[in-house]
Amino acid sequence: MEDNAIIELKSISKKFEDEVILDSINLKIKDKEFMTFLGPSGCGKTTTLRIIAGFLEADSGQVLFEGKDINNLPPHKRQVNTIFQRYALFPHLNVYENIAFGLRIKKMKEKDIAKKVGEMLELVNLKGFQKRDISSLSGGQQQRVAIARALAVEPRVLLLDEPLGALDLKLRKDMQVELKNIQKRMGITFIYVTHDQQEALSMSDTVVVMNDGRIQQIGSPIDIYNEPKNAFVADFIGESNILDGVMLDDFKAKFSGAVFQCLDKGFAVNESVDIVVRPEDVDVVPYGEGTISGVITSNTFKGIHFEMIVDIDNFKWMIQTTDYYPVGTKIGIEIEPDAIHVMKKSEYSGLYGDYSSFSDELEQLSDVNAVEEE
Amino acid sequence: MKTKMSTASKLYVAFIIFLLYAPIAVMIVFSFNSSASTSVITGFSLRWYESLLHDEATMKALRNTLLLAVSSSLLATVMGTAAAVGINAMRNKHIKKVTMGVTNIPMMNPEIVTGISMMLLFVFCAKLIGVTNALGFWTMLIAHITFNLPYVILSVLPKLRQLDKFLPEAAMDLGCTPVQSFFKVILPSISTGIVSGLMMSFTLSLDDFVISYFTQGPSFETLPIRIFSMTKKRVTPDMYALSTIIFVTILLLLILLNVSQVRGEKKMSNRLGKGAAK
Amino acid sequence: MKKSSLMKKLTAAPYMLWAAIFIIVPLIFVVVYSVTDAAGNFTLDYISDIGRYKDVMLNSIWLGLIATVICLVLAYPLAYIMARSKANVQRTMMMLVMLPMWMNLLIRTYSMMILMQDTGVINTVLSALNLPNIHMINTQGAVVFGMVYNYIPYMILPLYNIMAKMDHSLIEAAEDLGSNKLTVFKNIIFPLSLPGIASGFTMVFVPSVSTFYISKKLGGNTFSLIGDVIEMQFKSVNNYNLGAALSLVLMVLIIICMLVMNHFTGDDDDGGVLI
Repeated sequence: MEDNAIIELKSISKKFEDEVILDSINLKIKDKEFMTFLGPSGCGKTTTLRIIAGFLEADSGQVLFEGKDINNLPPHKRQVNTIFQRYALFPHLNVYENIAFGLRIKKMKEKDIAKKVGEMLELVNLKGFQKRDISSLSGGQQQRVAIARALAVEPRVLLLDEPLGALDLKLRKDMQVELKNIQKRMGITFIYVTHDQQEALSMSDTVVVMNDGRIQQIGSPIDIYNEPKNAFVADFIGESNILDGVMLDDFKAKFSGAVFQCLDKGFAVNESVDIVVRPEDVDVVPYGEGTISGVITSNTFKGIHFEMIVDIDNFKWMIQTTDYYPVGTKIGIEIEPDAIHVMKKSEYSGLYGDYSSFSDELEQLSDVNAVEEE
Repeated sequence: MKTKMSTASKLYVAFIIFLLYAPIAVMIVFSFNSSASTSVITGFSLRWYESLLHDEATMKALRNTLLLAVSSSLLATVMGTAAAVGINAMRNKHIKKVTMGVTNIPMMNPEIVTGISMMLLFVFCAKLIGVTNALGFWTMLIAHITFNLPYVILSVLPKLRQLDKFLPEAAMDLGCTPVQSFFKVILPSISTGIVSGLMMSFTLSLDDFVISYFTQGPSFETLPIRIFSMTKKRVTPDMYALSTIIFVTILLLLILLNVSQVRGEKKMSNRLGKGAAK
Repeated sequence: MKKSSLMKKLTAAPYMLWAAIFIIVPLIFVVVYSVTDAAGNFTLDYISDIGRYKDVMLNSIWLGLIATVICLVLAYPLAYIMARSKANVQRTMMMLVMLPMWMNLLIRTYSMMILMQDTGVINTVLSALNLPNIHMINTQGAVVFGMVYNYIPYMILPLYNIMAKMDHSLIEAAEDLGSNKLTVFKNIIFPLSLPGIASGFTMVFVPSVSTFYISKKLGGNTFSLIGDVIEMQFKSVNNYNLGAALSLVLMVLIIICMLVMNHFTGDDDDGGVLI
């Protein structure tokens, strides 16, 4: 694992006018893996990417490429290429010339350029678009040209900075699959930046969750979802009910006024912890039969399931069920041991995971803001 | 939305156009007059055109004017484009504001003030280094570059602002050095602004009288200065002949420019198309 | 990237140096000359001397103002008609308005003189029609007419530009809400065209006030404008100090006029200078 790291970041820090953007980032990126930086806007993910590309210099720390320090290597000498947020296609050149741009800089023969451009156009499904003007292309097509342009120069690592952010939902889903296929076919490392957790989970081999200029968790998508390290990760990836709890003993957690069996151990006796319960992991049972009970305060039909907000011991839970219960119904709650995740207390404790002021509309609004701020 | 003009509107437009063109029409008609009269037409002749062609001083002034216009507009375009790139990259808002403020001065100031202020500087410097007759080609060149610069900067700057700020990065990402990325990506993207700045400079320089008048010396006479000295005396119609030639030349140039622009665009797309087909 | 942005900043250096030497320093020279005498000693004689030219100054501003207002009144309807006609008609009219500007100002002014002379074209035509001749040349009216003729394109272009950009749906919305043509004009078209008026005003007023050729050719020697007086100091009397003092005052007066103008339109539209 140590040997096949293609890029390594060693205690990278960066400030912009006294504001800490990156705080000692340490990371190893394996060759040929699809790695994603995931986090809200302003978390430092794009800055990290730009430092790897060479557009920004870190204030301190090292960037290693196959073990060699490339801190002082300018971007045009690095074996990494970038897909920019708004593609940055050259408006004065047509599709062919855009893709051929890097090859011409390398002073490749005209014949080889034509061959390579042809290959690339085929790869991104844009055969016959050679002569088209950039301005005449749709967003998705421009995206494909940008990918072809970057891949034409055969980089070892491709950096993608929110490449699908400007596309509509349907196209975004299609491109996710296509990007993953391209990465597999080309056999190169992809470093992907996004604030969309669904995108990160479905495409990546490894996800790096970032917030406040620090790495919160590194792991496979399944690990990140199932074993969030702290309240921030738990809340950012999927929906979570995050509660104050106490570990009475190994495998014994107390929260919401009841004691539950769980699978976690190794905490001090009576240590305060954060408890995470995913909304889909809660079992609804008739009132009086569960370990705890609550009152349904709202219920929304979501297609595959109902999404209810339930008041349990003055804490608002989100619970997903396939059965319908009218608002006001009193229900019992049962939670299986493997549905309870225990996390150490962190700076994020108490900030997330309470659905008392939840509304779909607000969620969407904040999503839009996040995209615009990028 | 876009309506057909009413009769009243048509009449009004015709009236303004008539006002604008009446003096020009009169001048053209009298340039073909067989006598030197400026009020009675006595017959058709080309004698004023002939005498103009034999007027060595006017021909020389024409050459001087073109030399000055070409050199000053080219130099102003190079310096102005570089300046626009620099101003666009400036982070310090105060320096930027002051620079733009200074840039606006030659455009807002009355031409006569710009002219005499430069004349004062030139005369003072000449006295300082003990040169008589310092005014001439070089002082005019400096003056013309100076009043051309703001027009170049203000036509290039918006193009730079519109430029996607990631384009230079994309070029470097693909292997360009910073210098290469400037010449291969930035320059082509702002070329329309540069060309319009160059054109504006050229015509302004060609046409300038007031500033030239104060910074010129007897050694170097341009066409507007020559016209000025001709109109001081009792004028013969070779002046009209000269004016007619200038007018017709400009008219032809404008038409040619329009045609070549349309053709150039077609050529450009053809060339790019061929490149792709290879 | 640090290097390249430094390089970019340095590209402005030659221009900044040039602007300092050939824009700022000359203006300092104007100020210095206006408060020194021929020997270079400090004096306020020239500044106080300017009182003698008060009438010339006021007359210049007055004539410039009249010319500018006439330009505005003539250009406004034209710009409106242009902006509302079909695209190809707009382009042709634009060409027609621009073309005379490509003609040298001296030649244009001289042609005016040919037209207006006592024995000029207009009077010849009048005589042929057995009508009484009109004395036009060497009057203030002739000078104002010359200013209007020479500078009206500078008024038409910014007005046309702003009206062509105007959102027509605003006018329709106002009409929809029950405004008649006059109130639509008063409440919508006119306020929206104010920036265009401001830049057109500047572009006509400044050269009109400071002209010396137009007044020389069309005004004869009957009266002088401020431009004539300045030109005389530099080209025939060789009193640079008085000339500099007069220029300084001209500059200050124009700045005051602009400030007043901007105050009225409530918009300092510096982009409008470059049409």
